[in-house]
Amino acid sequence: MSAISVRDLRKSYGALEALRGIGFDVERGEVFGLLGPNGAGKTTTVEILEGYRDRDGGTVEVLGVDPAEAGGDWRERIGVVLQSSAMYETLTVAEMLDLFAGYYSSPRSVDEVVELVGLSEKRDDRVRRLSGGQRRRLDLGLALVGDPELIFLDEPTTGFDPHARRQAWETLRSLRSLGKTIVLTTHYLDEAEQLADRVAVLRKGEVVAVGPPAELIGAAPATEIRYRENGREVVLETDTPTRVLNELTAKALAENRELEGLVVRRPSLEEVYLTLTEERGE
Amino acid sequence: MRLFRHELKGEILLYVRSRELAFFTFLLPIIFFLLLASVYGNDRIKSEGNVRSAAFLEAGMIGYGAISIAFAGLAIVLVIRRESGILKRLRATPLPAHVYVSALLCAFLAAFAVEVVCLLLLGRAFFSVPLPNHVISLLLALLLGAVAFSGLGIGLTALIKSAEGASAVVNAIYLPAAFIAGAFFSPHSYPAFLRAIADVLPLTYFLRLVRNVMLHGHDIWTQGTNVAVLAAWGALGVFIALRSFRWEPTDG
Repeated sequence: MSAISVRDLRKSYGALEALRGIGFDVERGEVFGLLGPNGAGKTTTVEILEGYRDRDGGTVEVLGVDPAEAGGDWRERIGVVLQSSAMYETLTVAEMLDLFAGYYSSPRSVDEVVELVGLSEKRDDRVRRLSGGQRRRLDLGLALVGDPELIFLDEPTTGFDPHARRQAWETLRSLRSLGKTIVLTTHYLDEAEQLADRVAVLRKGEVVAVGPPAELIGAAPATEIRYRENGREVVLETDTPTRVLNELTAKALAENRELEGLVVRRPSLEEVYLTLTEERGE
Repeated sequence: MRLFRHELKGEILLYVRSRELAFFTFLLPIIFFLLLASVYGNDRIKSEGNVRSAAFLEAGMIGYGAISIAFAGLAIVLVIRRESGILKRLRATPLPAHVYVSALLCAFLAAFAVEVVCLLLLGRAFFSVPLPNHVISLLLALLLGAVAFSGLGIGLTALIKSAEGASAVVNAIYLPAAFIAGAFFSPHSYPAFLRAIADVLPLTYFLRLVRNVMLHGHDIWTQGTNVAVLAAWGALGVFIALRSFRWEPTDG
């Protein structure tokens, strides 16, 4: 059974249709990315999955339970990292974790969590003394301390400098090795590419693509071949780059000339993403 | 029960750590008591049955402490937690809402209890105010007042939109209320319009109740009007709280 199953999920805020009937599944043990620009419906989707928001239509199951009707037993099994890192500033890292650990029936030990999120040196520092990246890691620790099966991360690295992002990615990878199911939202492509087994790309409340990041690239427009001929830029797009390239090079060799500035490239995930999420002549 | 004890421990730790809150809501009534009682503690107040000012003030500062801790402190803490997203985050944990709210409430009631004990002991030690003898009545009166003001404080959070606005709104309500209701001075000498305002304030009835018990030796069951008005205000607060309490920040 999948960890999450979403069918025809709909949600409107007044006249604004935030979700227009989206569907996807998340398998157990999978890292699933919800990718899309701001306003695409990512946060609305996870907040429905987390049980914060009511939906207007469709069916949702998270760990076999409808989040709209879920209780304490279900909350034992999920961990949530919200966009804002809300904490008690006057507590120490260990006290904060200990307070939250007490809410669960079989929590992880505080020391283990401190270690896992890389805050051992900050263990007895007050929360208000932490840097932005350290707060975010404590955030993650708070979501982990109940030892949940499923973890939601809403934009876990937004506002990070590149170094802090890499560190956060390392931590998130270590979660995967614990066998947790993880749902993360992000508007960073490289983040989805680095962390997610599969992504769903959201655009204006609709899922426009689902699949492993590599496959999304594979499903995308053709390979591009560029070179210059008589000072003119030639651009070819093809689905059979091997044959086209062979013909081109054979011809050039036969004529004993160089294909100047020859470039063969696959579109990056970024380009696929932009193609998928751009406005299409509406 | 385990969860309640755990959360109560956490809330007490948070209360003790929050220096600004502890100063304004906990220490200020004690400081005012020491200052004012030193200045005119030995005067007699004719309009209040010739009681000594020190005793009158002690009861007044118990009332001031009740609104400053149970009403103002609780409301400010709740708004800050709501707007910063802590309440939202707590909702994602298995901690049940009623356990959270009752533990938070008990931490504030405990702070108020400590405050009352401090005021009574300081009054006895420095100003020769006798310790109260109608203990059961006093305990019931204090509990009723603290619960009523907590209810009003929680109800008030529904009307405050931002963490920045919390202190401003709360202070604008409870400081004038403490003055008008007669926590610092006998309201008998006030002009008519202030007395008219005082007649609707819940603190007025709480102060009458506490003073009647502490200074005039009445029992709480003879204080029907004061108890009823106070309870009605508390019920109004709880009603607003139940209808419009929010766990999520105002924006988002």
